[in-house]
Amino acid sequence: MADAVAAVEIRGVTKRFDEVVAVDDVDLTIADGEFFAMLGPSGCGKTTTLRMIAGLEFPTQGSLRIFGEEVGTLPPNKRPVNTVFQNYALFPHMTVLDNVSFGLRMSGVNKTEARQRAGEMIELVQLDGMAARKPNQLSGGQQQRVALARALVNKPKVLLLDEPLGALDLKLRQEMQTELKSLQRELGVSFVFVTHDQEEALTMSDRIAVMDQGKLLQVGSAEDLYARPASRFVADFIGQTNLIEATVADNNTIVLQNGQRLRAPSPHAAGTAVAMSLRPETIQVGARGSVPAVHEATSLEGVISSASYLGHSMVYEVSIDWIDLEVRTPMVLSEERFAPGSEVAVWWDRRSDWLVAE
Amino acid sequence: MSHGAIVRPPMEPPTDPEPAEATPEFEAANKRLDRRRGLLLALPSWAFLTLFFAVPLLIVVVYSFATRNRFGGTDLSGWNIEGYRELGQEFVRNLVLRSLWLAIITTVICLVVAYPFAYFLATRSPAVRNLMLVFVMIPFWSNFLVRNYAWRVLLGNDGPVSQATEAAGLGETTILFTQSAVVLGLVYGFLPFMILPLYAAIERMDWSLVEASRDLGATGWQTFRQVSFPLSLPGVIAGSILVFVPSFGAYVTPQILGGGKDPMLGTYIVAQFLEARNWPEGAAASTVLMAVMLGATLVYFRTGGRTL
Ligand SMILES: Nc1ncnc2c1ncn2[C@@H]1O[C@H](COP(=O)(O)OP(=O)(O)OP(=O)(O)O)[C@@H](O)[C@H]1O
Ligand SMILES: [Mg+2]
Repeated sequence: MADAVAAVEIRGVTKRFDEVVAVDDVDLTIADGEFFAMLGPSGCGKTTTLRMIAGLEFPTQGSLRIFGEEVGTLPPNKRPVNTVFQNYALFPHMTVLDNVSFGLRMSGVNKTEARQRAGEMIELVQLDGMAARKPNQLSGGQQQRVALARALVNKPKVLLLDEPLGALDLKLRQEMQTELKSLQRELGVSFVFVTHDQEEALTMSDRIAVMDQGKLLQVGSAEDLYARPASRFVADFIGQTNLIEATVADNNTIVLQNGQRLRAPSPHAAGTAVAMSLRPETIQVGARGSVPAVHEATSLEGVISSASYLGHSMVYEVSIDWIDLEVRTPMVLSEERFAPGSEVAVWWDRRSDWLVAE
Repeated sequence: MSHGAIVRPPMEPPTDPEPAEATPEFEAANKRLDRRRGLLLALPSWAFLTLFFAVPLLIVVVYSFATRNRFGGTDLSGWNIEGYRELGQEFVRNLVLRSLWLAIITTVICLVVAYPFAYFLATRSPAVRNLMLVFVMIPFWSNFLVRNYAWRVLLGNDGPVSQATEAAGLGETTILFTQSAVVLGLVYGFLPFMILPLYAAIERMDWSLVEASRDLGATGWQTFRQVSFPLSLPGVIAGSILVFVPSFGAYVTPQILGGGKDPMLGTYIVAQFLEARNWPEGAAASTVLMAVMLGATLVYFRTGGRTL
């Protein structure tokens, strides 16, 4: 894979709409056959990035290659890319069959063959028997399948999906997630999948790009992003975390705002302002004085300010001078329960914290 | 990569949610209530329509079967279809065909001119749109008759148009009092009726469909043929009817710009009432004209009303 040509290669791409910088100097490489998710809060530029790959929007500057070919201002019909739109954008005046065969007919495939191939694709997405219906006679999930079939029938080299499951209810959504994932594996096509549902992104994708305010913050596997976030934003955005502001003292120690020192190996120079990300489920809570000796250098003392029972776990809010820590203890490990007001200590394994400087 | 040979894990076929059954009695009661409420609200407009539309229409139809007496009056007795039979005379038939032809040409020209304009309009920013819509409306601020006379001046022997073409070395323009002048006047007069429904249809079109079409490999022209145009069809039909109908029965423009040389249907009807004093004949022609218009409107509701 190392020297294989990338499916999509974005270099220094910026997109400006008048004063708004929708996408800000983004570099991104998507491999052939990869399930790639783009994740970020509303308005961060996900759709705009996708539209630039599709050719529905042209970059203000930068270079965009699809399988090595520079496509900067190539119109959408000349790109080996198809899109599943968020609102599906099915043609209301055409039947399901005509919708699905549209791309083939437009590219000059003869009508019989186009219909036959569209028919096969309709079967593949399990819509047999609905070929003669109009889109408004289909449920949301069925429309979603038509949109998928209509794009895939053209055998795109890259399939772009803009929040394709956004309009579906939870059950159907989960069903479609599995189905999309297996479809992608079978076809071996790169999927670029936009979502603002992090769980969806984490479970489905090979790699995930996190964006905020037009900037690409981090690209990596689900584990990279969760365990090794590159910035406060990513740490906070992916899953839940506690961010504790601190300053690097030396390569093994950080100093908290109250002067307390904690052991935390850091690659950053002394004096760097950092935040320590501690996932709620990696923290343990116990009575004061019960901190195991090995965790002495990675512990804090506080007071339980709230305790909630969640069935599979207990969630404590522990207030420590100037911060509140969230702690999540699996039920099986919490023989001892703490009521609000209890004076406790919290500690963690020194491998489970993570420092972010940005 | 063959899509056919793929083995997929079985999955439950998607199911349509069953709509909940409504209790029949409640359903019926609700419908009755809706209808009653609707009737009450519609009462003023029904009264208005009956008084000013249905009654006059009925009078015209009744007169078309009446008898013309020797003094140019009309006797409401001796019912006959003489009025309709006279429409079969060759010269009437020619005049109907001529009117039809001019109305069709007018409609087609309006469509060809208005479509790109409406498309352009619908793709502008709201501020530009509103400004341009005002320009489209400006002609309505003055009287139709006055505007027709204005064209007569413009197209006249020594009028500005003629002077301009002469200056450009194209010779005199002598289209006044020809059918071309009539068509020009009709196009000018009815163009806004084409632009507005087209604009409305194109403007409310879902533009993501155009993008989807381009994304699926269609060229700009293919997209227009397969997507934009079919979706704007209700506007095309509405505009065509709004232009065709008044063009077919036009009176003022043929009279002023055509000089009344080749009588058209509208001119003919007026002449029957005012000059020939053959009211049954005029009424019969009017009835036929209205029947054609009604037919056209039905076509609209059958095709345009249902496509979206
Ligand atoms: N055509 C446009 N004209 C002007 N501004 C635009 C246009 N399209 C997008 N923007 C702006 O660019 C920014 C990024 O928009 P984009 O649609 O890419 O966000 P997104 O990440 O897809 O958000 P969401 O999750 O809400 O869909 C936003 O601030 C948006 O207002
Ligand atoms: Mg979006």
